[in-house]
Amino acid sequence: MNRASHKPTNPTLAKGNCFVILRAVINSLVKQRVDYVLSELGQIAFLIRDIFLSLLTFKVVWRDLLYQIYSIGVKSQSVVLVTGAFTGMVLGAQTYFQFHKVKMDTATLAVVSVSLCDELGPVLTALMVAGRVGASIAAEIGTMRVTEQIDALRTLATHPVDYLVLPRIIAAHIALPFLALEAIVVGIFSSYLVCVHILGIEPVYLWENMLRYTHDVDIVIGVVKAFIFGGIIALIGCYKGLTCGLGAEGVGLATTEAVVYSSITILVANFFLTLVMGKLVGLL
Amino acid sequence: MIEVRNLQKSFGANKILDGVSFRIENGESVVIIGRSGGGKSVLLKHLVGLLQPDSGEILIDGENIGPLNERQLLRVRRKFGMVFQGAALFDSMTVAENVGFAFRNHQHLNAGEITRRVAAALEMVDLPGTENRKPAELSGGMRKRVGLARAVIYEPQILLYDEPTTGLDPIVSDSIDKLIIRVRDHLKVTSIVVTHDMRSARRVGNRVMMLHEKKIYANATPEEFFASSDAIVRQFVDGVADAKECLI
Repeated sequence: MNRASHKPTNPTLAKGNCFVILRAVINSLVKQRVDYVLSELGQIAFLIRDIFLSLLTFKVVWRDLLYQIYSIGVKSQSVVLVTGAFTGMVLGAQTYFQFHKVKMDTATLAVVSVSLCDELGPVLTALMVAGRVGASIAAEIGTMRVTEQIDALRTLATHPVDYLVLPRIIAAHIALPFLALEAIVVGIFSSYLVCVHILGIEPVYLWENMLRYTHDVDIVIGVVKAFIFGGIIALIGCYKGLTCGLGAEGVGLATTEAVVYSSITILVANFFLTLVMGKLVGLL
Repeated sequence: MIEVRNLQKSFGANKILDGVSFRIENGESVVIIGRSGGGKSVLLKHLVGLLQPDSGEILIDGENIGPLNERQLLRVRRKFGMVFQGAALFDSMTVAENVGFAFRNHQHLNAGEITRRVAAALEMVDLPGTENRKPAELSGGMRKRVGLARAVIYEPQILLYDEPTTGLDPIVSDSIDKLIIRVRDHLKVTSIVVTHDMRSARRVGNRVMMLHEKKIYANATPEEFFASSDAIVRQFVDGVADAKECLI
């Protein structure tokens, strides 16, 4: 190598080139990610369109629907009841610890009740069901896809959305509000037991305040949220199953993504639902 | 009648089919052979609308199925029955539920009639009395038979077989071949069989088509095909890696 002919590099120019390359790489990565997200959203939009078309043209097979309600709703009860009970107990204890300082012990159950009805009941129920049911839906449909069972369905003149997606969506929409109500009732009752028997709060005032500050609209908000979260869980689980990659790795990834995406979507949707419904009922 | 005109299909940059054209008349029994990964199953899936062509036309009884959407294709698919390579039985259902699946939404058939038809279909594939077993309890050959029973129960016009004897021992393969011939003769259906098995191709087909280099390379009667002196055909028929080792 001729060292004499080699010009020294300008450090400022070299630094500038690095930034240009780095910016190009970042732009490319961001573009890829944006393309991917838009493509996924587009495919979900097509799936939603197919679900509506299926609703219009498909007669619900009651046996399939009842089986899905059993699978999504009845089988999720234990996990939802345990979640509701312990959330209610912890919330009751924590609220008491703070309210006791300002002599507002008897307002504890009112706070627990409103929190469970508006937020914690539907959200925690949905997150628990997303972990159990969302994963199960994605794994079941994904396995059917990689073993050509979905192709077999199609050759038997059955639309996969009619047979696989619609019963699960309807079942989740029906099951989640009931599960959320169960979680709310069990949570309030557990909190009541903790407040009265462990923390020694006067039960009559505790109950009276809860009834005074918990309104019908709080229960309606919780039920509406749970209804929407049910659809989100089933939709994302079905979508991830129907589009999963090949092999065991593809099914595993689809299962993980179904749980992660539905949990995140529930949390984000909850924020907007809180704002919208708060506005509707005049809280905002 | 099935007609394929200048069918082209790629997956990404990988071109699988490049100008495939052929015609199959009603009642014919056609065997499609070719090397692994050569696009035989892809071609078969195009015929029933499971895959959409990049270009070209697929006409089923004169109707081009390319522009049809998934719901419109359901009507066309009622003409088809398909036996999958891995049988593709619904593993959450019993054998009877699998075989009777096509009737699950039929209002005009009562449960007794469905049970009778399922039993008849299982009898046809030599599996009587297996109604209550689950697919996981069946051997590979039995699963393919159940897959065949599921495909023939609603008496389709066209039967597609995707490698029906792959992975089976010679005795079971022979019984599946005989079953294909029996179903063909009994139901008078158009049969299209994708296979690597030369013995099977010789027995079940009235015509043999060879897919090579993304196109239909040969299209002849079994007698003509297996007597061919073409180097590429001979290499495949004789099953040799080097064309110079061919028997003829």
